[in-house]
Amino acid sequence: MSMTNQAPPKSMRTPLGRVRSLGAAHTGTGDFWRQRLTGVAMTLLIIPAIWVVMMLVGRNQAGAAQILGSVPIALILLCFIVASTWHMKIGMQVIIEDYVHDEKLKLAAVMANQFFCAVVALTSIYALLKLSSGV
Amino acid sequence: MTAKTERPLSPHLQIYRLTLTMAMSVLHRATGIALYVGTLLLAWWLIAAAEGPNAYSHVQAFTSSFLGRLIVFGYTWALVHHLLSGIRHFVWDLGYGFKANEREALTWGALLGGIGLTVLLWMIAYAIGGGR
Repeated sequence: MSMTNQAPPKSMRTPLGRVRSLGAAHTGTGDFWRQRLTGVAMTLLIIPAIWVVMMLVGRNQAGAAQILGSVPIALILLCFIVASTWHMKIGMQVIIEDYVHDEKLKLAAVMANQFFCAVVALTSIYALLKLSSGV
Repeated sequence: MTAKTERPLSPHLQIYRLTLTMAMSVLHRATGIALYVGTLLLAWWLIAAAEGPNAYSHVQAFTSSFLGRLIVFGYTWALVHHLLSGIRHFVWDLGYGFKANEREALTWGALLGGIGLTVLLWMIAYAIGGGR
């Protein structure tokens, strides 16, 4: 049997044996860390954020726009939106990776998740910047 | 690339008695998913406030309807529950609260605290909103 059309001889080593002793990739805890970072951020921001919502309860658009356009309130909400959309992107990705086993479907779901979170973040940020600039 | 191995499977969920921490783990995920979808409401509300009185009146019509109020109430509970349950995870991340009684106390605290705080927040919201 000719060897010309064949790939290099297959290794007899197992996948585990091949990677063992190479060490960690040093990127494995990135999402784990950011999930906690954004979680702590929201824990700190939740009381100011609830305060803002309470200020808006029962107000009309003119009143709401005036409050949402003020500097400290816009900043509180901007921080909260960045932290929450980042947090939920990581969280949903974990759920997808846990339950979607088909590789292509998983890639599509992970991508759709990122699109969704990016659109929610940008929509909210755009609204707040528009309110702050008063146009 | 996965190695084909013939090993016995570990017993799955239905083998175990449902414990409080198990149920809360599921609830943490469920409230996380609910909050994920709920951000659409938050984005809609902000965009409407930026757009003008007409757009904002649609949001207010929704949030003052029975269904809308139910959804916002559910969103409040999901938020507070996920927050307290998350703080419980921070305690565990730092290496505390793993003893049986500590673990149960943390979990009951997050569950009951979440319900209590939600009711409290809505009472405050009604008191403030009614005054405006």
